[in-house]
Formats: sequence, structure tokens, C-alpha cells
Amino acid sequence: MAGRRYTRSHEWVTVDGKHATIGITDYAQSQLGDVVFLELPSTGRKLGARETFGVVESVKAASDLYAPVAGRITEVNEKLASKPELINADPYGEGWILKLELAGDPPDDLLDEASYKKLTEASAQ
Amino acid sequence: MPYLVHSPEDRSAMLETIGVGSMNELLVDIPQSLRLESLQLPDGLSEFETMAQISALANRNKVFPDRLTFRGGGIYRRFIPAAVAAVTSKPEFYTAYTPYQPEASQGTLQAIFEFQTLIAELTGLDVANASLYDGATAVAEAAMMAHIHTGRNEVIVSGYVHPEYVQVLRAFGEGRGIKVRKDGEPNKKTAAVIFQQPDFLGLLVDARALTAAAHDAGALAIACVDPISLAILAPPGEYEADIAVGEGQQLGLSPSFGGPHVGFIACKRDLVRKLPGRLVGTAYDAAGRRGYVLALAAREQHIRRERATSNICTNHSLCALAAAVYLTYMGPYGLRHIAEVSFKRAHALAERLAALPGWELAFPERQFLNEFPIRVPKAPAVMRKLGRKGILGGLDVSRWFRELKGVVTFACTEVNDARALDELVAALES
Amino acid sequence: MSEPLSFELSRPAVDPPRLPDAEVAGPAPADVLPPDALRARPPGLPRLSEPEIMRHYSRMASLNYSISENFYPLGSCTMKYNPVANEVAAALPGFAGLHPYQDEESVQGALELMWRLEQALCAIVGVDRVTLQPAAGAHGEWTALRMIRAYQHSRGEARTEVLVPDSAHGTNPASAALSGFQVVEVKSGGDGRISLADLESKLSPRTSALMLTNPNTLGLFEREILDIAELVHSTGAMLYYDGANLNAFMGICRPGDMGFDAVHMNLHKTFTTPHGGGGPGAGPVGVKTELVPFLPSPTVERTNGHLTFDHKRPQSIGRVRSFYGNFGMLVRAYTYILAMGGDGLSQASQDAVLSANYLRKLVEGDLEMPHDGPCMHEFVASAHDLTTRNGVRALDIAKALLDRDFYAPTVYFPLVVPEAIMVEPTETESKATLDAFARAVKDIVAEARTNPQSLHEEPRKTPVGRLDEVTAARRINAYLQGQSQDPVLRWKAPSEKPS
Repeated sequence: MAGRRYTRSHEWVTVDGKHATIGITDYAQSQLGDVVFLELPSTGRKLGARETFGVVESVKAASDLYAPVAGRITEVNEKLASKPELINADPYGEGWILKLELAGDPPDDLLDEASYKKLTEASAQ
Repeated sequence: MPYLVHSPEDRSAMLETIGVGSMNELLVDIPQSLRLESLQLPDGLSEFETMAQISALANRNKVFPDRLTFRGGGIYRRFIPAAVAAVTSKPEFYTAYTPYQPEASQGTLQAIFEFQTLIAELTGLDVANASLYDGATAVAEAAMMAHIHTGRNEVIVSGYVHPEYVQVLRAFGEGRGIKVRKDGEPNKKTAAVIFQQPDFLGLLVDARALTAAAHDAGALAIACVDPISLAILAPPGEYEADIAVGEGQQLGLSPSFGGPHVGFIACKRDLVRKLPGRLVGTAYDAAGRRGYVLALAAREQHIRRERATSNICTNHSLCALAAAVYLTYMGPYGLRHIAEVSFKRAHALAERLAALPGWELAFPERQFLNEFPIRVPKAPAVMRKLGRKGILGGLDVSRWFRELKGVVTFACTEVNDARALDELVAALES
Repeated sequence: MSEPLSFELSRPAVDPPRLPDAEVAGPAPADVLPPDALRARPPGLPRLSEPEIMRHYSRMASLNYSISENFYPLGSCTMKYNPVANEVAAALPGFAGLHPYQDEESVQGALELMWRLEQALCAIVGVDRVTLQPAAGAHGEWTALRMIRAYQHSRGEARTEVLVPDSAHGTNPASAALSGFQVVEVKSGGDGRISLADLESKLSPRTSALMLTNPNTLGLFEREILDIAELVHSTGAMLYYDGANLNAFMGICRPGDMGFDAVHMNLHKTFTTPHGGGGPGAGPVGVKTELVPFLPSPTVERTNGHLTFDHKRPQSIGRVRSFYGNFGMLVRAYTYILAMGGDGLSQASQDAVLSANYLRKLVEGDLEMPHDGPCMHEFVASAHDLTTRNGVRALDIAKALLDRDFYAPTVYFPLVVPEAIMVEPTETESKATLDAFARAVKDIVAEARTNPQSLHEEPRKTPVGRLDEVTAARRINAYLQGQSQDPVLRWKAPSEKPS
């Protein structure tokens, strides 16, 4: 999808005006394996860019989640509580994690599709 | 040499296969300046000589007979069914490793799963873990859970909690920024109120009121309980305590100078993810067969590393196995029977001791189960006298509590028969 | 093969065991205690007769692999033979029957044993004093870091960071964090050893300690250990030794001589106390002179042959466990040390190194060896090539070994090696066993090349096949979030469990 940008810690973000949607990448879900649990914040909390906001767990791994952009949480994907496997099945769609109301501009070190692809290919080596 | 298997021929053949001429060639990475000539230890012994030396050390200790042991303070003499040692001395159990490969460890995993269920049943709480080191570290781990859950930095220790448990709690708390306060009202800073039921002196506390006070302040209630008492007393789950912990030594383990024994911890459903240590759950294979696996491992240190809520890696599996065998042997009514026998004997003894000249119950208005505090004139001399007569008398608790000068706690269990009580009283009267 | 749970076997008609009666006149609990202090319903414990109990546990025992029957090539775990004499020693009434609060006069033999064990451990690792109180390795790590912190505090230093290599065991960073430190990771270099350059860049006046094991978790000796020690000490930080790999060098070298200030030891690894299916163990900690005042209280002191506990230690970090540690494990470890002696322990370590190098040689044609040998007492191989070419992972090899009556090696640790397979044979496995293990590895790798699908279905001969941990974890989380009433983490009577 055009406009999707990435972090080095494998989150993605799309921005639509003042609103951002956040999730983890397809590469991240494939590295974690079957997701069994997410620890997520409540709506209303303010996040700084790169702040940890939760944890995603598989049976054998756990990974912190970092906010790609700063903002206030307006929505948390409630479906993930009962269906964490949505992260594996559809990481960029139904497996979205948070919606934020942006505070300021997105950081300029976010990666575009091509740079992120390069990053994951390099780590696979 | 004992326990070594390679013959000199094996060693040469192995070196040859490796392609080196000597052991030293395998140790080339070690700087020469660090190499030792030999260890500054005596040479090894035959098994016969080893056991002679070990037995000589054992024989330098004085062991009091079970029936004449009246000292408790957290470690008690109990009848241990022969079934317990028969099971724990099976090499398939005691020489097995941590059950990381579930297909090869179903015996250990099932035993832990049964232990978890037994502790949950006993405490009336939702889930128990696979066990901890001891009662003291269980208290400290529970305090850590409360700290994480509430985000608050202070715990209140209410009343006479085992002094060594409190010392361990303080040592743990320091590293984690948890302040330990002795008594007082819980407030907005309080993560948990910790109490012991019955307390270190053997007295009952008002667990319901303490729990309610903790909850009113938004704090958790942590009940440190005697597992055998739970056959008689309302379990923590019934009075809504959030976490129950305790020492499981009485469940089939010998005193052994204080260890190894087993700590247990159980909690309400909403705290389970913060439980430290291992948890075993059921899972199924492709053929639909039920088995047991280590569960929720992603919260533990080997995955979470510096973000883990506890650094505990082991549990005390073999001791938990002993406890499981013990509780299964006793069953609900056997356990209640020994709890009641202990209760009756302690009350009979308390009455007789309180009738001795100068002796009086330290807290006559308080209830107890099978251990009670009593004021004893010239306590240290009296206990020494009992010792000379082969009786391990009560525990002088003034070494921990200055305000309890001359107070001694006496414990009774099913091993202290009626004649043993007579002998104790006779020794005191003489 | 499976065994029902004791709760499923339970029959309400079974009589309780015959137990002594009270024999004295005294009140029953219900006569004197307030009703709301009493338990309303008896606890839901199973009701079984002794013959049924014994059969139940015997059947469960038969479902386990154990060192008494199987070779455990578990890297970093040191699964060696557990001498049966140790068990006899710990069960002697003169030890097992001791109450921890007996007068010191009546427990001189126990104190003497603790004192002698401390002296022996000091000699083996090269330190001045040892505390026997910690109950396990991780507990020992944490105890050592608390002592280092207390020492630095006493000197007015506020050091806040602990350096941990990326190859370290997970308990290292966890123990550091729980002792109140920030964890800073130090990278391994290409040769599998700590990178001096990276170490130097991370050392600062904030550094409290470097946690290190040597040989490291890759089984490699840190050749530059003396330079590392000098570098760390030059910043005023301390060097902590993780004793996981002590079995590699008894009588060969000592961490104390390498410059380590605090050393933990696992009695359940090197000193043959049984693992018990995951504990109890014991994790004594040895320290150099400057840390001695901070040792946990009490210590054992000996004057003119008379032994006492010293509780009056004003600078002590306090108590880390009730009583005096896992005393029964101390008896076992001391029995082993007496039997082995200095000569036996030295030979044990040499044989452990020999066996590891021998086994490494036998399997190096089948598995990749990411680092050059020689190794010390263990080595780390990788199944990375098999994974990329044949889709067979380290886990598959582990499971296939179970079908060949071997326990599995440690897999996926250390984290710095992809598809890691960590093998530690120990000195108590014969050449014949090592040969058989190498043949099994060869067979499995051959199968991986030709019929990888079959390996994914192993193990087949174990009581259960691979268990679906993902579904189990999701069911647990559903329960924890209130969406299900089945806790999965315990048995519940069917009537309590709405479907």
C-alpha cells in the first residue's frame, strides 16, 4: 500500500491527515511465529515516538512494540484480544493494532517500502 | 576414579580421532599464566572411606526424636508416609532434567500439573505455579507481583510474619525499589498488605479484615499460609486474598537443617500473567492425545531477559513432587484429621504448660492452631535443660522480637503422642 | 501410553489413610474458632488408596527420560551421573533430621560440613569466601550483584549499569535488572568471543560490573580474559563470573586467578546434585576479600575447631533465603567432592573437554560448526544449512533424537547462533555412548537430506507426539481474559467446567 512506512523495529504506520494506524510488519509476524497474546495500552494514553506501548508474544518469543509516531491513542484493535492470530493472517489489514491522533510530524527516520525491504533482506542473511 | 568412565586407552583413541597429541593441545586457548598444576584439595577416597567421613560428620549432630520435638518456627516434624520417599527416590524423577522437551518429560510435567491443581484447591485460588524455592522467596516474589500490578512501591508487613521471610523480602525489595513497612494502615502508596495465617507465633490473625483493608486502599492482599492449616481454616480464596504463598516443608519433607523444601504461590485469574517461574498446562498432540507442556514461557527470563518479572529459572520440582504425593496420600479427610489431631494436642499442651508455676500464655485472648507462644521464666535455661533430657523444647522468639522477652513458641503435630506430652511436662516439673 | 490424573482416578468411597488419634482431651477447631475462620468445604484433594497412588506415580515415572536411562547432551546444563552415595549421605538421620533452629552446639557436624564445603569451593574457583545460601544459579547471580552494588555504595559510587554479553543466559540480564541495574549488551566478535572493542566502548564510570562466563556459552575460552579483566577493573567496575561452565576447568584454571571478583557455582551441574526434574539445586557464590563484608547473613565461622553462625554482619546484604540454603544439596555436593578429591575433579574436567572435542569431531561433517575449535566442555553447532536447504530445523533434530532414545541437546541457545544446537557430553558418558550419539546424528542428517517431511513428524515413540503449544497458549489467554472458564493450567472437576 502506498504511504505505508516502517520502523527498524518492524512496526508499520499509515498516516491519513491527523490520524495514524499502527501495526507490525509481515516480516515481524513471520519471525515471531504464531502470535498468542498481545499486551496493549488503553485509549487516551499519549505516546512519544519510539516509546514502547506493548508486547506481542508467541509461544517462544516476546517482542516489545514501539510507537513509530507520537500521538494520543484513539482506538485499540479489540479483536486481537480474542483473535491474536489476526496478526499472522493479515498484519496490514485486520491485524492492525492502534489508531493514534498525531502529535506533530512523523519522525523523518521512518523507512519507505524499498528501504525496509532492504533491511529485512539484510537481517535474513 | 569414581564416576569417570574413560579408560586410558579410550583417552588415547579419542585424542587420536580429534587429531591432537595430548590434552594440552585442547587447552591452548587458556593463557599459560593461568594454568594450575593441581587443585589444593586432598586426593579422592573410596566410597567406603567417603561415607565413613560423612557419617562421622552426621554423628556429630544431635538428632531429637520426632515425638520429643516441640520446636517449630516454620519447620515442623510431621509423619511422612513411606510412599513419599518411594516416589521421589525413583531415578526417573530425581535424575530427570527440567522438562523443556515435553515428549520426553511427561511424568515430571504431569506431577507438576497435579501439584499446581492441589495447591489451587488448597488455597481456593484460581492458579498456582510449579513451585518456588521456599516460603521466604515466595513472599518476596508475591510482593514483586503486587508492585508490578499496582505500580506502587511500598508493601506493608502486618503483624508477626516469619522474621526470616521479612529479611528476605527486604533484600529482594532493595534491588527492585520496594519499601517494606512494618504495620500501619495501607494507603495510596501501598502495593500489598502481607500477613501470615497463622502468624509466626502460631496465632490466628483477622485475615478477612486485613484483606478488606488492603482492598479499600487499592492494594493487594498477600496471605502467607500454612498448607496443613488449610484443611481447617478458610482458604485465602474464600476471603478474597489476591495471592497466597507459603512453605511446603510440612507436606512430606524432612527438616534437613532448613532445606531443600518448597515454596508455593497461587493467585487470582487476573494476576496469572505476573506469576513468577514455571507453569504447566495441558496441550494435545496431532493424534489428539492429552499431554502437558510448560506454558506462558514468554513471560520468563530466558525469553524476556532483562524485562522478565522474575529471574527464577528453576522450580523445586522434586520437592513439589513430594508434596503432591503427600497430599494425594492424605486426601481431604486425612489432611483434616492430622490438622485436628495437631490442634487438640497443642491445646491440651497449652493448658498444661500454662499451669506450670510462673508460666503463662503470652496472648491468652488470641486463638491458635497447633503452635502457641507462652511466657517462660528463665527460658534459655529451661530449654537447655530439656535439651539435656533429649527433648527439643520450644523456640525462644526473643532473638527476633525484643518485646517478646521470655516468650517461647511450642508446636505440636500428630507425631507428638500423648506420652510425649507427659514426658515434656514431667521434664519441666522436675 | 498415558496416565490419568490423580483427580480423575479419585473415588469418593476410598477411606482416608489410618492416622494417629489425638489421645488427649482437647477442643476441636469448630468448638473454639469463630465460624467465619473455618473452611466451609474440604479442599478438593484426590482420594486414592496407597496401592493406587504407587501405581499412579510409577506409571508417570515411566513416561520420563532421565540421566539414569538416557544420555542428555544438554549444552550448558552439565547433565552428569548423579552418584547414589550422595543420596544416602543426604538421607542420614544426622542431617535429614536436623531442625534449623537447634542450638549451634547440637549441629557442629552440619556446620563443619558447610565450612569444609566452603573451603573446597574456594580452592576450586580461587576465591576467599563463599556463601552457600542461594537456592539456585539465578538466585546466586542476583546475590552476587547485590553484593557488588552494596560494595560500590559503601564507597560512595553510584554505578547503574551491568554489561552482559549477547551470548549470555537469560538469567544474567534478568538478575541484573532485578538487582536495580540497567542492562547493556556487549557484542560477540566473529570468532565467538567477546569483542574487546565493543566492550571498551560500553565501559564507563556508570559500569558496575561485567557478567561473563568463561568458557563462554559457545564453549570457547575467552583467550583475552586477562585483558578483559584489566580493562574492566581500570574503570573501577567489577567482574562477575557465571559458573554455568565450571565443569570445563576444575584443576585446569580458576576464575579467581583470571580476575573475577564474584563467582557463582551450580552444585546441580558440576557437583552432581540431581536435577530433580527442575530443582532443587544450589547456587553458592564465592567472592574476593573486598566483597566479604557484604556476604549474606549468616556466615559460618570456625575458631579453634568450634563452629558458629555469624549473624552480626553490619554491611551484609541481608538474607536471600530462609535458614541456611538448600542444606541437603550441600551434603550431596560435599560427598561428591570428598569422593573425587583434587585429582578426580581435575581428571573429570579434562575428560569433559576431551569428550566434547571428540564428539565435535565426530559430527562436524554433519552439522555446521560456526566457530573454530578446540572447544572446552561443550560446543555449539548449527542446523542453519539444513534449515535453508531442506526445511529441517534444530528443533526437528532435537525431536528426532528423542526417538533414538537420546534426550535432546539444547537448541536455539545461545541466541547469537542461528538454529543453534548446543552439545555438552560430560565426563560420565562413555566413548561407546558418544559414538552411538554421533551415529544417530548422522542418520538424522541423512534423513533430513532425503526425507525431511518424515522428521517433522518425529518423535513417534514417545508417550505423546509434538504438542500443540500455540492452541494451549491461546486457550490460556482466553481464560485469563475471561472468555473461557477452562484455566488449562490446572484440572477442574467436570461439573465446575461449563463446556
